[in-house]
Amino acid sequence: MSSPFIGAFGFIVDRADLVLRTLTEHLVISAEAVGIALVIGLPLGVFLGHIHRFSFLAINVSNLGRALPSLALLAIFLPIVGIGNTDVLIALTVLAFPPILTNTYVAIDQVEPEVVDAAKGIGLNPMQVLLKVELPLALPLIFAGIRTSAVFVVATATLAGFFGGGGLGDIISNQESYRLRGVIGASYVLIVLAFLVQFLFVGIERLVTPAGLRMSRSPVRNRAGRPTIDPSAMSETVEAEEDAPTTEDEPARVGHKLQTGRDTR
Amino acid sequence: MALNGSSTAAPLEFANVTKQYPNAETAAIDNLSFTVPAGEVCVLVGPSGCGKTTAMRLVNRMIDLTSGDILIDDATIKGRSTTDLRRDIGYVIQHVGLFPHLTVLKNISVVPKLLGWDRQRMNDRAHELLDLIGLPQEMGSRYPSQLSGGQRQRVGVARALAADPPLMLMDEPFGAIDPINRDRLQNEFLRLQREIRKTVVFVTHDIDEAIKMGDKIAILREGGQLVQYDTPANILADPANDFVAQFVGADRGLKRLALTRLDEIELGDVSAARHVNQADTVSDRATLRDALSAMMSDSMRPLLVVDAEGTPIGSVSIEQINNALRRGRTDAEPTASTT
Amino acid sequence: MTPASVLGSVSGAGGPNIPSFGHASSCVSNNGTFCWDWFTENWSSKVDFQARLFEHVKLTVIAVVIGFTVAFALAVLAHRKRWLVPPVTFVGSLLYTIPSLAAFQILVTITGINDFTVEIALVSYTLLILFTNTLAGLSAVPPDVVDAARGTGLTDTQILLRVELPLAVPTIIAGLRVAVVTIISLATVAAFIVPEGLGKPIFDALNAGDFNTKFIASGVLCILLALFADALFVGVQRVLTPWASARRTR
Repeated sequence: MSSPFIGAFGFIVDRADLVLRTLTEHLVISAEAVGIALVIGLPLGVFLGHIHRFSFLAINVSNLGRALPSLALLAIFLPIVGIGNTDVLIALTVLAFPPILTNTYVAIDQVEPEVVDAAKGIGLNPMQVLLKVELPLALPLIFAGIRTSAVFVVATATLAGFFGGGGLGDIISNQESYRLRGVIGASYVLIVLAFLVQFLFVGIERLVTPAGLRMSRSPVRNRAGRPTIDPSAMSETVEAEEDAPTTEDEPARVGHKLQTGRDTR
Repeated sequence: MALNGSSTAAPLEFANVTKQYPNAETAAIDNLSFTVPAGEVCVLVGPSGCGKTTAMRLVNRMIDLTSGDILIDDATIKGRSTTDLRRDIGYVIQHVGLFPHLTVLKNISVVPKLLGWDRQRMNDRAHELLDLIGLPQEMGSRYPSQLSGGQRQRVGVARALAADPPLMLMDEPFGAIDPINRDRLQNEFLRLQREIRKTVVFVTHDIDEAIKMGDKIAILREGGQLVQYDTPANILADPANDFVAQFVGADRGLKRLALTRLDEIELGDVSAARHVNQADTVSDRATLRDALSAMMSDSMRPLLVVDAEGTPIGSVSIEQINNALRRGRTDAEPTASTT
Repeated sequence: MTPASVLGSVSGAGGPNIPSFGHASSCVSNNGTFCWDWFTENWSSKVDFQARLFEHVKLTVIAVVIGFTVAFALAVLAHRKRWLVPPVTFVGSLLYTIPSLAAFQILVTITGINDFTVEIALVSYTLLILFTNTLAGLSAVPPDVVDAARGTGLTDTQILLRVELPLAVPTIIAGLRVAVVTIISLATVAAFIVPEGLGKPIFDALNAGDFNTKFIASGVLCILLALFADALFVGVQRVLTPWASARRTR
């Protein structure tokens, strides 16, 4: 029997329809989770950031979210909503939410106050300030948060296979039915998918970064570290906990920092 | 341990010092030579890019010489390991660079600790220095982040002095401080220097600071060229060339006046200031410039000079000021300048 | 104990399998959401949450300790020799991007079903974050502090040990915090491979179509462990950096 690592390619070809189906399921449930998280998290983050309130909450929700082990979440919701898609969707949404909320909040909150001030001084009303000034400047960081979320969800959705949610995990967890070559084949597909999603979002981030910002040195930080995966942690760091400024000039940053568009460290 | 086992100041000599960076067209420092007598403050001043900071950093080998030599107390700096050398030189930089994770006391004690002093001695010395720099003892257990800019700078000076080095290097130490506190710190440092008399190399881009702080001023231009090296008074009286004249400013006449006090010059007769009333007296501690300023508000009539008790001791008019300036010029030592 | 390779997917057929052993409480028979009595019963026997917890902690600690040692050494090296940064970061990100389940499955075929396999995977996940954070911590020391240190006469090693490292501690701890929490979560999935850790009861329950309390108990315990570790590191960082909490009172 040839090495399963080679045979895996054969599996992908032979069972293309199966692979495609599970791949689609995988993407769909990931997209749903991120989508819901976006619908709730984006407006909330923008709003809170704009009024500069509840920072402690907005930032620590991601501390919390990062600490939640995905498998545990899936397990907890199981008794409540039963096995299947709903369980997976809820758990994934819960996991997708924090990076989006926190990044959006910080992105809007930390637009340079002088810029906002100038905008108001010129005569823009609050809504215009938000739409024409704060949002464009905040976009890179917001998209960094979406990327973190998406990449993480795609990886975690693998666990859905155990909970009746379909997706590539279905194959990867089922060596009995699909044999080793199947497991490895689906693993290949998953790994490629993970990298693709990562690159896709990095590309999007580059696109939405206003040229002026791209030039300046952006502090490369991150809120990395997710349970099953977070490739967005690529070359970015997690900042230390609050009240750790080393000079009195640095304002105390609450919680940890987020990603920006630059990952070419 | 201190050079030559003594803790007194050591003379510093630049001997044909050249620094050439590998890919640069011109030398950063080209054949620079001058001597700083022991216990004097030599200010290196010049426009940006003239090499003054580079020259200073050559002394403690933060940058290495390309050719020439630097001698501290007649001993070449190349003769010792860099860390040994640096522990024997006080180093104060613009942003201080206090160690944020150490208390003020520990910051001050860094070099003594490196030199292996025992705990008691370090402690005593640190407390002594706190007094010297004018900070209350309880500041000792604070962290740099809890101090103001001016306080930090003082701690920086204390840290540099801790092991009683014979030589101090100061790179725009008061540059990052606001003008009011800068003035205060400069005065503090001058007071300190009068007490401890270290050899100091002081770098600044501010000619007024140079005039105020320096016993000798070395005016540099691009390439580390020494344009004039002399006392502030002589430089103001006789700038070596146009560059210096422009650099010291068109008001150098007035600046000169600020350097001399009334009790240092020959005063005129008390009777010359016959028309005395309160407003026309001036203290003998006042500078010639202050006197001139006072005269200008009274149609240039002579002023009555009084001592600390208020007793008239003489008068001052334009004539006395003029004579004093002229005397100052002929008394001047030959200026050591290269153009 | 089901060998990991034979775990089938959950079909959800039939109702939950409630072990009665002749003395199941009414709570359990009715498949209540969380039956405290069952939990306390199973704390140190049968399911043995206590042992699972211990195994979980053990897996995590080993992974983080090894990962940190390697990452720290690399970071200290890379701090002086910057050319190391891109390759190390690249490899670290590569390892990090691979979804854990896939990684586990692939590794098992190479190194077998054992703790070693699990640890290899777990250690690789810690490398990126620990390397990046340690390096960032070292790099974040203000340049004038380093200049002053050098000018004062500290050797390079002394600067590293007495100035750069202490100042890098907050960022390093932040990295450790994330790494630990990440590994705690990943270790649950590891139970798919080796029957250890808090993931085991979950997988068992999935397999057997088990009752609610088992899921809730395992899940909650796991989350509590992660939150506890998170808070622990926050505390450690506060303790280790008194100068960071000091404020100007002037």
